[in-house]
Amino acid sequence: MAAGAAALAAVVALSACGAKTDAGGTSDKAAQADVGGDTVKVGLLNSLSGTMAISEVTVRDSLKLAIDEINASGGVLGKKIRPISEDGASDWPTFAEKASKLIREDRVAATFGCWTSASRKAVKPVFEKNKSLLFYPVQYEGLEQSPYIFYTGATTNQQIVPALDYLKSQGKKRIYLVGSDYVFPRTANKEIKAYAKANGMTVLGEDYAPLGSTEFSTIANKVKASKADAVFNTLNGDSNVAFFKEYKSAGLTAKGMPVVSVSIAEEEVKSIGAQYLAGQLTAWNYYQTTAGAANTKFVKAYKARYGKDKPTSDPMEAAYTSVYLWKAMVEKAQSFDPEKVKAASDGITFDAPEGKVTVDGATQHIYKTARIGRIGSDGLIEQVWDSGKPIKPDPYLKGYDWASGLS
Amino acid sequence: MTVILGQLFTGVSIGAVLLLIALGLSLTFGQMNVINMAHGEFIMAGAYTTYVLQKSISSAGMSLLVALPVAFVVSGALGALLEWLLIRRLYLRPLDTLLVTWGVSLMLQQLARDIFGAPNVQTRAPDVLTGNITVVGGDDPLTFANSRLFILALAVAAVVALSLTLRLTPLGRRIRAVVQNRDLAEVSGISTARVDRTAFFIGSGLAGVAGVALTLVGPIGPTMGTNVIIDAFLVIVVGGIGQLRGSVIVAFVLGALQSVLEYSTTVSVAKVLVLVAIVAFLQWRPQGLYTLRTRSLV
Repeated sequence: MAAGAAALAAVVALSACGAKTDAGGTSDKAAQADVGGDTVKVGLLNSLSGTMAISEVTVRDSLKLAIDEINASGGVLGKKIRPISEDGASDWPTFAEKASKLIREDRVAATFGCWTSASRKAVKPVFEKNKSLLFYPVQYEGLEQSPYIFYTGATTNQQIVPALDYLKSQGKKRIYLVGSDYVFPRTANKEIKAYAKANGMTVLGEDYAPLGSTEFSTIANKVKASKADAVFNTLNGDSNVAFFKEYKSAGLTAKGMPVVSVSIAEEEVKSIGAQYLAGQLTAWNYYQTTAGAANTKFVKAYKARYGKDKPTSDPMEAAYTSVYLWKAMVEKAQSFDPEKVKAASDGITFDAPEGKVTVDGATQHIYKTARIGRIGSDGLIEQVWDSGKPIKPDPYLKGYDWASGLS
Repeated sequence: MTVILGQLFTGVSIGAVLLLIALGLSLTFGQMNVINMAHGEFIMAGAYTTYVLQKSISSAGMSLLVALPVAFVVSGALGALLEWLLIRRLYLRPLDTLLVTWGVSLMLQQLARDIFGAPNVQTRAPDVLTGNITVVGGDDPLTFANSRLFILALAVAAVVALSLTLRLTPLGRRIRAVVQNRDLAEVSGISTARVDRTAFFIGSGLAGVAGVALTLVGPIGPTMGTNVIIDAFLVIVVGGIGQLRGSVIVAFVLGALQSVLEYSTTVSVAKVLVLVAIVAFLQWRPQGLYTLRTRSLV
């Protein structure tokens, strides 16, 4: 018995070692980007199929728009950008595989993409090992900082904390947490619970559904029975379709019990159906309706290319912005070398559709304005509150006493 | 109290969905012993049929009603085609049907991706089905979702129709005869090949109807079939292969179990516990809840 257990432990240990050395190839040598000739290759890594495709295809489209605009105005350091698009297929091991392929076979100068935190966590060691850059365009749960990732979506203190502040200011003290069962919702909810404890709010319950799950009747019943003031929704992908259908069927309304979502933007609203979402709240840094000349230009260009009825959304904007930020960094560094690009990143600014953004070199996140919006019956999101000015990124929530125990 | 009643209704409605997706399979797998892995893709075909019809019929209610028979025929035709092309060559090798139909299921998924695009799509539910009815009023009202009631009614209607067909019609008698003893049926003058194809048409058609019902619950996508096919097989196997009665009972028991466990634990834990319960049950009764008594030697 004991010998058997020892043998089993040895097997487990061995297979764990195997997993470690396999991640991102077997060599420790950094892959060299191929920057010879008059083009520079970049990788686009998004889920073009599976449960996340609803969201990630739009990010890929937006990245292509930015690349074409830059190419039309002369490219980067005199080279045209050549995008290589790969499908992560809503499957985290596939993301790691494709990231490795982009870096080692295609030898891209930088990669743009990923949506779920699970996919980011899967590719992180690949980018670190190969010393290649990833630009990640989606809001996430914070508590992370990789030397080879630039985070152009919001971190916790630029989205989740402002959303909680907003709920508190509206007198919504008793909240219910619903999320997909993986890293982002679990970590985000840990932060929400810490915030609630410090701010006199009560978390009445938290429920997780597997990613891609479409059976929400029990969760809707639980939420209804809790008589919460509001629901904080961290569901990802098209589970939201099933959740909001069930929410309405259960007789729950945006007026009686509003849902604040942090992963539903205009594109998702359109496919879930505005009739299920009208009146519900979202927390982001950008909406299609955000005022400003840069946004007018962005929205117009996007619609001209992909269709009048295609809305723009926060992650798309952050993706679009990330390509321009990379261009500015490369031009400042006068090199495509990731180390030089990183060194040049601090203080880079861009007049983004969401307003002026600045790269914080220390965290490789960017300063962003927080915005709370209300979904209209036309499917667009109207801003009801904003933070007034870009908020300094604080991925580890160092500026908040209540977050001291989180990791 | 309303919580318990509400959960009970949820259990029944989960059971109704399970039953609908398993019903067609109970004919093709249960009665005909064909392990059709493409059954899930026939469900998907039914769902996409609803989506296509909604593009041309503006009224959501009308398109849903039209979708029911059309999806039945579309998925049924796919099933009959599959039977004619491949499965009829494999009746003596039931395990090979698993591999062959699995390949077909992958091809159908890719076909759906090519036609409708990789991202999932949604249909609009008719307004009457997005609301709910209040069963008990007051401070703590008990409400039943209309879409779930519709699915329940659909499941009941499908079970009744299938069981009447099997019991009362000449076709039903022929199907039962083939199931009980294929050789004897053959020498009695029954064209077993024709019975097989008709049974496959009906079983696959029922998958299409299930697909229409699923559009009321969640999104439509190329992989939606794979998400439900396991549940369908579980219902059939636990109910007793070839036993309509077993499938009906097991679908509702599993639905109730799922909803009770989900309420007291979490969705993920409930799924694990349900699977553990199924494994334990099959240890105790490997043949399932009901078994078919036949005079055949196998």
